[in-house]
Amino acid sequence: MATKNYVGVTVDVNEEGYFADPSQWTKEIAVEIAKEEGVELTDQHFKVLDYLRGKYEAGDSLSIRGINKSGVVDVKIFYQLFPGAPLKKSTKIAGIPKPASCV
Amino acid sequence: MSNENNFPVKKVNIICAKGNIEDIYAALVMGNGAVMEGIETNLFFTFFGLEAIVKKWMKRPHTAVIGNPSMRMPGLGTRMPTWLGVIPGLEAIVSWMMRKQMDDLDVPPIDEFMELITAGGGKIYACKLAMDMFKIKEEDLSEHVSGVLTVGDFYGLAGGEGSQIIFT
Repeated sequence: MATKNYVGVTVDVNEEGYFADPSQWTKEIAVEIAKEEGVELTDQHFKVLDYLRGKYEAGDSLSIRGINKSGVVDVKIFYQLFPGAPLKKSTKIAGIPKPASCV
Repeated sequence: MSNENNFPVKKVNIICAKGNIEDIYAALVMGNGAVMEGIETNLFFTFFGLEAIVKKWMKRPHTAVIGNPSMRMPGLGTRMPTWLGVIPGLEAIVSWMMRKQMDDLDVPPIDEFMELITAGGGKIYACKLAMDMFKIKEEDLSEHVSGVLTVGDFYGLAGGEGSQIIFT
């Protein structure tokens, strides 16, 4: 298991940089991961991150459709907030495992 | 570094020429998956694939219950006898069940799937020749369709390093 240091805190991550222990995540750490991913976090980003962490904690699987129906953001904005690979990028910044869903 | 990382897929151009549920969804899942990975995506619907993009057809795609040896009896797991397929309405029921099962797995209906794909920057195109064959006009097409292409136009779009053409 690899470790990474964000804002002076050492966290456990897997080989792709996803958190092994989501409880080690803080908002300050999220800002640092986001910088690595080329994303400047705004309040809207944090709303999405809260939603993702909430879904993870509830044991629900994540899908792009679920995000579109979440009422937090629509898909178009989601792609704008986390450009490139939005679900992978946002879950990484949210400190939760990479989604294993095909949709 | 592994070879896959040196030559990533940068663009996919997916051709869907068939209109069964499984054919349409194979193209949509691959296309949406590519968009979600940040890969530039073009989906090209031709021949019976038009089923997926003609407004009045796309709501209820069917799957074949005759001539489909992989069709299994729901709950039993045994093969569905071909003669059962002649029962009126069976194809509609089986197709409805398939759509329902996909919906339960958060696989959206075609229209919504295309909305997700285009919202992420993916493009959906119709084939001109197939439209002429089936007497389909541009106004018959879903709002998610970006345009009508000839084969030449399609190859033009498909160019570039790391670009792949996939025929489903």
